[in-house]
Amino acid sequence: MLELHQVTAGYGAFTALWDVSLRVAQGEAVAVVGPNGAGKTTLLRAISGLIAPRAGRIAFEGAELAGRPAYEIVAHGIAHVPEGRRLFPQLTVAENLKMGAFLPSARAHFRESLERVYALFPVLAERPTQRAGSLSGGEQQMLAVGRALMSRPKLILFDEPSMGLAPVMVLRLFDLIRRVREEGYTILVVEQNVRQVLKLVDRAYLLEVGRIKIEGRAADLAEQDFIRQAYVGL
Amino acid sequence: MLDPIFILEAVVNGILLGGILALLALGLNLIFGVIDIVWIAYVDLVTLCMYGVYFLVSLYGWPLWLAGLAGIGIGALLGVLVHLLIITPILASPPINQLLATGGLLFFIQSAATLLWSTDHRSLRVSLPTLEVGGIFISFTRLLAFGLAILAMVALYLFLTRTYTGTAIRAVSQDREAIALMGARPQRLYLVTSAVGGAMAGVAGALLIIQYAVHPYFGGAFGPLTFMICVLGGLGNMVGAFAAAFIMAQVISVGGVLVSTEMGYVIAFVIFIVLMFVRPGGIFARRA
Amino acid sequence: MSGARLLGLAGLVALALVPLLPLGPAQEYIWHVIIQIFLWSFVGNAWSLMGRFGLVSLGHGAFLGMGAYATVLLWNFYGMTPWAGAGLAILITVAFALVVAYPCSRFQVVGHYFGLVTLAVGEVIRLLIVAERDWTGGSLGVTLTTGGTASDWWTLQFADKRVFYYVGLAAWLFGLWVWWRVDRSMARSAMEAIGEDETAAASVGIRVARFKMAITALSAGLTALGGALLALYLAYANPDSLAGIGVSLRIVFAVVLGGMYALLGPFVGTALTIALSEYLRIYFGIKLIGIAETIYGLLLIVFIIFLPAGIYGSIAQAVRRRLTRPSGGLPARA
Repeated sequence: MLELHQVTAGYGAFTALWDVSLRVAQGEAVAVVGPNGAGKTTLLRAISGLIAPRAGRIAFEGAELAGRPAYEIVAHGIAHVPEGRRLFPQLTVAENLKMGAFLPSARAHFRESLERVYALFPVLAERPTQRAGSLSGGEQQMLAVGRALMSRPKLILFDEPSMGLAPVMVLRLFDLIRRVREEGYTILVVEQNVRQVLKLVDRAYLLEVGRIKIEGRAADLAEQDFIRQAYVGL
Repeated sequence: MLDPIFILEAVVNGILLGGILALLALGLNLIFGVIDIVWIAYVDLVTLCMYGVYFLVSLYGWPLWLAGLAGIGIGALLGVLVHLLIITPILASPPINQLLATGGLLFFIQSAATLLWSTDHRSLRVSLPTLEVGGIFISFTRLLAFGLAILAMVALYLFLTRTYTGTAIRAVSQDREAIALMGARPQRLYLVTSAVGGAMAGVAGALLIIQYAVHPYFGGAFGPLTFMICVLGGLGNMVGAFAAAFIMAQVISVGGVLVSTEMGYVIAFVIFIVLMFVRPGGIFARRA
Repeated sequence: MSGARLLGLAGLVALALVPLLPLGPAQEYIWHVIIQIFLWSFVGNAWSLMGRFGLVSLGHGAFLGMGAYATVLLWNFYGMTPWAGAGLAILITVAFALVVAYPCSRFQVVGHYFGLVTLAVGEVIRLLIVAERDWTGGSLGVTLTTGGTASDWWTLQFADKRVFYYVGLAAWLFGLWVWWRVDRSMARSAMEAIGEDETAAASVGIRVARFKMAITALSAGLTALGGALLALYLAYANPDSLAGIGVSLRIVFAVVLGGMYALLGPFVGTALTIALSEYLRIYFGIKLIGIAETIYGLLLIVFIIFLPAGIYGSIAQAVRRRLTRPSGGLPARA
């Protein structure tokens, strides 16, 4: 479904990704892990269009997406839950979700999508008029995910979803992502919490200093060596 | 001492004036709050709309209500032009350049207007009755303008809170990248904001031309006043600007009756300086 | 550097000798224009002391007007010779500037916010001048009461314009010297640090508020002096010609046109704008009032968009780049 081929990307004079290639098949859940500064966030930003790759191709369901702007890419069916959530702090829960459905195709099914999101995240249904900035960390993450779902995507990108959450919340969060996956969405997760995320996904990549070092099935990788490499980068 | 009835009248007139000032301040604040650039020439755009309505009525014989609507359209068009021609090239420039660009526009509009239409004061003879309510005289024109100003502000509020585009405009000022991830184009949102801000100027222009005479330096009177209101209310703060507008209007109106018209303005301005000293972020600033 | 110094010295001598040239029948007019250029450049340099550090004041008309009106009124009503009166006017203006600058400096009022505040302040002063018409003559302005004598050292009135040429030249050179001294001083580095990141500057021990206020006071004082000199030269002060937003913008425009970050930028810009304005007046006469300003406004916009360093500044930049071109290496950071 999603195919990156030799993507190189960076900021200004600094290159964060070198010749990265990876694949995500429809219905799959894939993780990209690696130490801090490996380029994981850059990877997702390149896919969702927030930055344009310097070289390489990004194909989604056959369409060439590299270099296209973000507002176009989301219309193809890729939703990005950004690092740090990036909610609209002064807007309410309901307004944030409404913005998620900005695309004309999403607006047409707004009611439906909203009900689905509220069913997945009852906490949000309880406080639709609360300012997003005043929600707790866990609630904010749920809102961010819900907002992404409102655009009726096919592929969802999660950027460090567990960041800043208490350990209890982290478990609940991964549970929720699992449920999202079960609803039929294809998932690409970038995470620091290797142990937890390997329980969630089918396959994983290890990204280190901008390059893919290891690739494999989650079950195979869930050993000491891989996890140590992911955290320490040896 | 002064008959209290005159003070009451001044208070009422102050409220009516406040409506227009609030409209001006909201338009300016909308653009600043979203795009982060102050259109120093904003009130001069209002002046141009005033001229537009004036000429449509006096030269082409349009009915006032139609000319007013056209004025709104002219305002929106001007807003779009300013954004595309002047603002977009300097979006990434340092604030000084942005200030100077819109300052240059002010200069340009005021002198071009002098060039084209001379410094003559032009007014529309709008003969509407003066109402008397309990001893105070209220100009019906002013009352009408006030009512329409309130209507325009309500419309703006509904636009910003009920529509997708309006909510997106509020969102883009909070997180530009995130709204792009939802499928909205920030550049297009800026354009709509400029058009709406311009349309507000158009409304203000239509409402002002029926009360005041227009001349090229009209912006010189209302401009600094509008800026002061925006600063007092906290730049970018819509509610603050709304309140500050009415407060300033009261000071000007009552001060004008108690001392003299000009001193009314002076007192308002001095209060502004004092308040700046005490609360530089504006009266309603979130952070001092 | 001594090559440039020699050049500068030669230039100075030349300037000092100009009044001895026979300039023909139009010389009164030529002196008039040159004096205006000197005095307004002086004001422009004063403005750029703040402008180059990000303190964009759009209300310098306030300082100009205060300097002008205080000087004239102190003479007209109290018989205080402008020699002292100008000094007092400068003190009053500086005090006023500090009062307004204090909250701005302490509370990080910068950028657009600062510009708006200065705009408002500029207009307040102008309005005050107009409102107090019993003293100031309102919009009609006020003339320096000279009792009819053409030349009077006491009130700095001279029949021969060439005396004022030297006054103007002295003021302009003084302004350049101050600008140059600030440029070389700690203040410049401190202000640039503040301009980049106020919090970081403060954390290194730079007294942010103090520097800002000092620069503002200096700029205001010099501008007030310029206002006083202009009022004395013209023997007349008018709220629209020496105060208000029009004047403020015209000062800014001239500096931006020439180049705000260069020593001679304000001079180049002022010379060009005055020359343009005079040319247009001669060419169009009174047929097209407002044409000069219309062109100014248009040029200001165009320059800000395409040539933000100004004419002189851009040329200076280009020359500097030529002289210090690096030989290969990494490309510059985007």
